[in-house]
Amino acid sequence: MHELSIAEALVQHVTEAMAGSAPYRVTRVRLRIGLLSGLAADALAFCFEVVTRDTPLEGSALEIESVPVAIRCDPCGQIVELPEAPPLRCPRCNQASAAIVRGKELEVESIDVEDEIQNMTRSEPAS
Amino acid sequence: MTPRIVELRQGLLKKNDQLAAALRLRFQDAGVFVVNLVSSPGTGKTLLLERTLSALKAGGGRPAALVGDLETDRDAQRLARAGVPVRQIQTHGICHLDADMIERHLDGWDLASHDLLFIENVGNLVCTSSYDLGESCRVALLSVTEGEDKPLKYPGIYNSADAVVITKIDLADVCEFDRDAARAHLFDVRPGVRLIETSAKTGQGFDDWLAFLEERPQSR
Repeated sequence: MHELSIAEALVQHVTEAMAGSAPYRVTRVRLRIGLLSGLAADALAFCFEVVTRDTPLEGSALEIESVPVAIRCDPCGQIVELPEAPPLRCPRCNQASAAIVRGKELEVESIDVEDEIQNMTRSEPAS
Repeated sequence: MTPRIVELRQGLLKKNDQLAAALRLRFQDAGVFVVNLVSSPGTGKTLLLERTLSALKAGGGRPAALVGDLETDRDAQRLARAGVPVRQIQTHGICHLDADMIERHLDGWDLASHDLLFIENVGNLVCTSSYDLGESCRVALLSVTEGEDKPLKYPGIYNSADAVVITKIDLADVCEFDRDAARAHLFDVRPGVRLIETSAKTGQGFDDWLAFLEERPQSR
């Protein structure tokens, strides 16, 4: 289960990207996770909640976009999305292809950020 | 207050990938070929490696190995019997090796004095597939005792392999291992992948395996 390592990397990516900015709070995080990445979304959400405690990401919503698998099919000369993978076969011509162009993503797409107003009590996010 | 959107568009393993790329250059500069061995626990990585290190050393090679486990240095002790330099990486619960662990364990090691470095990854078919270790090639193992459909259940790791070594082939008949089915399933996730059947117990297939290593096959 490497979801914990990934969640930690996520917090690190965000805090590094925001380094040097005024006090802020992250309210939403958008990820793109490929279906072949081997990452379990629910396990990631659980780890995310744990590792974001006491960070500017605490209480933020985690939005995960699942990226379906797509292969490059040489005979058809195009990129084909596979509703079910494996097998990694073109549904049109049945040719197998190991050239995966989508479906292994582990990416942070964007975040929603609110500036923290000094000396104001922070409202707790609704659970 | 309306939040503002900050675009990041970054791979979450970017740091690992950068470190792995630097390691790859370092390995190339030292002239050492690096093999990342991945499989589920109990597939026979250590025995395959034990025999491989001995054979390479006997043939005048200068191999070395890094071995990853959650706990203990038992595997490093086993491999060291081949009379080659071996270092153990204990991850203490982490389910995969990453480029940072590799870099830290290379400290003070003269890579240029070796021609082949094997990295025996933690036994795990899921988490290991995402972490580039700077290897020259990735070899996945599949034992005849595991079932022919394993590649379909864990497509990511077998798709990322440059070769697949079938282990414990001496038990194929007892396990009613269906070679054709295994090949078909492997080709479903990694069409055309190189297959090598071995038995570390009897030595069967080791000529093919050693010949494969001799080719220095580069990763995709």
